[in-house]
Amino acid sequence: MAIIKVERPKLSVGEKVYFGAIFKGMIITLRHAFRSLVGKSTGANELNSSGVGITMQYPEKKWDDQLPEYYRGAPALVTDELDRERCVSCQLCEFICPPKAIKITPGEIPSNNEWAKVEKRPEKFDIDMIRCIYCGMCEEVCPEQAIYLRPDYVITGTNRSEMVHDKERLYEIGGKRVGLVNKWNDLK
Amino acid sequence: MSEDAPAKTVTAEKKLPKDLAAEKGMVNVQIDGHWIQVPRGTRMIEAAKMAEKEVPHYCYHPKLSSPGNCRMCLVQMGMPPRPAPGAAPEYGEDGYQEIGWMPRPVIACANTVGENMGIRTTGDLVEKTREGVMEFLLINHPLDCPICDQAGECKLQEFSVEHGRGQSRFKETKIKKPKNVDIGKNIRLDDERCIMCSRCIRFMDEVAEESVLGFSQRGTHTSVTVHPDHRLDNNYSLNTADICPVGALTSNDFRFQMRVWFLKETKSIDVNCGTGANTVIWTRGNEIFRVTPRQNDDVNSAWMPDSHRLAFHSLQTDDRLTRPLLKKGDKHVETTWLEATAKAAEGLGMRQPNEVAIIASGRMTNEELYLAKKIAEAIGTELITIVPRKGESDGKLVSADRNPNTTGATLIFGTDEPCAKLDAIREGVIAGKIKALVVLQENLLEEAGFKIKDLSKLDHLVSSHTHANATAAKSHVVLPGTGFAEKRATYVNVTGRLQRSNQAVIAPGEARDDWESLAALLSKLDKEYQPPASMDGVLNALVTEVEAFNGQTFGSIGDLGVQITETGVTIPLLEQEKARVKSGIIVG
Repeated sequence: MAIIKVERPKLSVGEKVYFGAIFKGMIITLRHAFRSLVGKSTGANELNSSGVGITMQYPEKKWDDQLPEYYRGAPALVTDELDRERCVSCQLCEFICPPKAIKITPGEIPSNNEWAKVEKRPEKFDIDMIRCIYCGMCEEVCPEQAIYLRPDYVITGTNRSEMVHDKERLYEIGGKRVGLVNKWNDLK
Repeated sequence: MSEDAPAKTVTAEKKLPKDLAAEKGMVNVQIDGHWIQVPRGTRMIEAAKMAEKEVPHYCYHPKLSSPGNCRMCLVQMGMPPRPAPGAAPEYGEDGYQEIGWMPRPVIACANTVGENMGIRTTGDLVEKTREGVMEFLLINHPLDCPICDQAGECKLQEFSVEHGRGQSRFKETKIKKPKNVDIGKNIRLDDERCIMCSRCIRFMDEVAEESVLGFSQRGTHTSVTVHPDHRLDNNYSLNTADICPVGALTSNDFRFQMRVWFLKETKSIDVNCGTGANTVIWTRGNEIFRVTPRQNDDVNSAWMPDSHRLAFHSLQTDDRLTRPLLKKGDKHVETTWLEATAKAAEGLGMRQPNEVAIIASGRMTNEELYLAKKIAEAIGTELITIVPRKGESDGKLVSADRNPNTTGATLIFGTDEPCAKLDAIREGVIAGKIKALVVLQENLLEEAGFKIKDLSKLDHLVSSHTHANATAAKSHVVLPGTGFAEKRATYVNVTGRLQRSNQAVIAPGEARDDWESLAALLSKLDKEYQPPASMDGVLNALVTEVEAFNGQTFGSIGDLGVQITETGVTIPLLEQEKARVKSGIIVG
């Protein structure tokens, strides 16, 4: 391995006497303080701040409209145009999930069901949001386009069990998703 | 140096490879450029396997006849050109004739090798052929993989990744066939997934000998069907799901339970009859999901009866015993192992030796039987027996002896009739002569023929069970034990083969491996006995005392077991298979 010798930078006299830089910083700080007092903070509008300073008053104010299209929030299950649950519990997301947050109990669709020909659906589908790392691998691996990372990021709870999203909660977050590939119905 | 030495070398040099091979009943075959010797009459696919070259196939199964209908095993073949009349064959410097390659492929599963034959399992021709066959097989195959139980162990998935095109060129409508058809108690049929390999049909014809499956319709409409007046209710039906290379036949019991890639495989043996079929136990976490047969040509070929493979469910019920119990008044109270063992030993030690008897079980392992015998010796009683469990043989794999280890008991007790003393013990209990009884893994109200009132006569009843039952309810001390998938142990099957079971799951609660509780009890009765630190220690002690086991260890038994004694008993299915191998129907 080659040895690279790094030379210390040669400082000029002005740089060695560091008071100059300190004064420069003080002036910038005071300028911002003065501007915020007269209600003219930089970026106040863009950051949706209260106007006093540039701090956003979260959670009263949020930045949700600024979230990019590709934002990865809570994973959720979606239904199709006909309200059929898209998930067939193939368990690939459970397999790929790096922190093992997903737990699925597969089950058979009863023969009297409208979608009996799909044969399989999840009986239980739990995502432990304490474990979830929002990586999006579940969405990527899903062969049925049934699981998506939604923009929801405020996932809170007062105990551990509240942080486990069950099937019902996952469909509530996911809602209906249209315009996807349909292989089980005539929409195609 | 003598004069004939150089002459000998000359003759050795003159001997051609074909003559050298012929002396041993072998032929020379060139597989992908390498010459190997294989026995005369070997199928090309088996020769390739010997050369460690994989030939993909669907319909071929070494235990079934070879109709050659999937066409997946097509390889390129070549033979030396036939010499012109009067001309002698020409041999190259290496002693082989030049191979003339045939322009069209042949199936490797149903053709046998010949002298100086060449086989190519790779190359343009072979690869194009496989791609073509895969494309035809996938034309009507549905995109069911996310809901198909076979996904993950599906040959169609595997080979379409290895040899398929990746893109479908099929623009027309796929043929619709019946899906989710209920054809039998244990088997579900999906005709759209079927690739018409006919393995299931041949299995039912040739091995199960109940020809209820067959093809109906023609061309692309061909589908596997069950005879209209019959159902696939044979006790060997689940083997068809095992050999089905796709998800056309799946197990009702395993249906949608778990994807196979989550399951851990543990090699073990079946304990539901004396045959001791070799199995694989599939678990996830601490739960068993399925049991499948494992090939052992000396025990169960590649098959297993349904009744035995579904028996694992009984291990995962709610009535398992999880804590040692002591009887206080009319009720059982939970206690510690230390106290339970002490109380059990106290009640046995305070009586006259002839007032104590031990009823062991043919379901116990060799190690447990050995310790049971040691306990009998420590007490000084002669009264030790196992309970016979006779049924009818089905003429295939289910043995008439439903105990998995009668042979083991015979060897360890050193008697030809390990069940002989059961009647004497029962009469002794009824007459009140026997005051204390140790019952191991048997519910006495079942095969042993006891009545509940007989058990009330006992002053001290110690029993070990996996599940709650009437004998446990009557016992003064109950020791919770482990079931077949929960222990590493050895058994001897009806033919005298020593086999090994492995631990796949952990027993519930405080239930202990039975050898541990027996060794603890023995050390209380015999103060000089030092309980070994592990199961291997028990086997080591057993090996030194019982001659037939001489020199055996868990390692030497291996996955396929070793023959330690000859009982003269044969397994009917293996005899049938031998006959078919001999007549050349199957490879075996």
